[in-house]
Amino acid sequence: MNPKELIARRVAKELKDGDVVNLGIGLPTMVANYVDPSLDITFQSENGMLGLGPAPEKDHEDFDLTNAGGSPVTMSIGGVFFDSATSFGIIRGGHVDVTVLGSLQVDEEGNIANWIIPGKMVPGMGGAMDLLVGAKKVIVAMQHTSKDKPKILKKCTLPFTAVKEVDMIVTELGVMEITSEGILLTELAPGVSIEDIQNVTEAKLIISDHLKVM
Amino acid sequence: MKSKLISKADFVAMIPDGASIMVSGFMNVGTAEEIIDEMLKTDVRDLTIICNDAGFPGVGVGKLIDAGKVKKLIASHIGLNPVAGQKMTEQSMEVELIPQGTLVEQIRAGGAGLGGFLTPTGIGTIVEQGKPVMEVDGKKYIVEKSLKADFAFILGHIVDKKGNVIYSKTIRNFNPLMATAADHVVVLARNLVEIGDINPDMIVTPHIFIDYIIEGGKQ
Repeated sequence: MNPKELIARRVAKELKDGDVVNLGIGLPTMVANYVDPSLDITFQSENGMLGLGPAPEKDHEDFDLTNAGGSPVTMSIGGVFFDSATSFGIIRGGHVDVTVLGSLQVDEEGNIANWIIPGKMVPGMGGAMDLLVGAKKVIVAMQHTSKDKPKILKKCTLPFTAVKEVDMIVTELGVMEITSEGILLTELAPGVSIEDIQNVTEAKLIISDHLKVM
Repeated sequence: MKSKLISKADFVAMIPDGASIMVSGFMNVGTAEEIIDEMLKTDVRDLTIICNDAGFPGVGVGKLIDAGKVKKLIASHIGLNPVAGQKMTEQSMEVELIPQGTLVEQIRAGGAGLGGFLTPTGIGTIVEQGKPVMEVDGKKYIVEKSLKADFAFILGHIVDKKGNVIYSKTIRNFNPLMATAADHVVVLARNLVEIGDINPDMIVTPHIFIDYIIEGGKQ
């Protein structure tokens, strides 16, 4: 299984029946492909809809019906459209249960940096800052390292997107939870050792007494 | 009743150098692009553009940026427009990045007569710098000011001749908010209908917010 699919499949298991979920663009979007179909999950898209469905078949795109990346999507039955102020009222108001985002850096306090590399890349924060402070649960879904450099740090070196908001990190090497003591390693990917994951993680991992295979 | 219908050329002729313009749309979905195209035919410059994002090069507000007409861009992200990023880096265009939920609420507040609002978004980040922070019931909030503009460009799916507007799916995004927050609001009407043809329960933007109607924007 490729790393992205492994991550997306594992994040999908975190979603519970009845959850309202916002998925970021890129890897997080893949999570929707692996959700247990017996669960009633409502996907929110910050450009103004609840009930985001899968991508349309080729030549069936409706360019009035797009996700936050501007790509054509479909709507599931019972879905609803609204304006951006309502959308961010939903987000900041605590009506989103889970948000899944990618990141450049995460640290052991649950701080996250994913919107700017000063002098190099200025994509902007989009809706990320609102989603991080507003969603009840924040899951970071990302590859464990970037060009072999750790992304899970003692302290983020890039400007924060939000402070102490991350609850869980899922990478191709394992699953981690942010606790008041630091980062708790709860699951390891098949074939990965504690040493393997610690070697590519700057923050010191606390090993769960109930460490499982991912 | 005075007609709100106007030609594209007559409308853009009213836009002076240095004007501030709210342009609705989300990655160009919901953008009244034909009005932007018309602006490219004029010499207007030094604009302040307020928009969710910078679109793509050669598309939507990206066209105004490419043409060097934008002095300042207020947006939540510019990541898919490398031209905007380059102009920001070389400082030929000022870019103010604002969290999306804050940006839309600033516009809503501007149109609703509020001076601003308190938001938890951005606490502890660069966004907080230079702004007052207030604590309410033990939680910190940034005080964000409201936002208004000289002009707003709206894209409507069904518009009656009085200016009542219905949108279509995700083209709605910033449109209903921006319609309330500018001195001169124009709607590009994909489908122009007679007054009374729209069920009043379905109208999203009431006609009093719309000053001008341009027919166009057909899909």
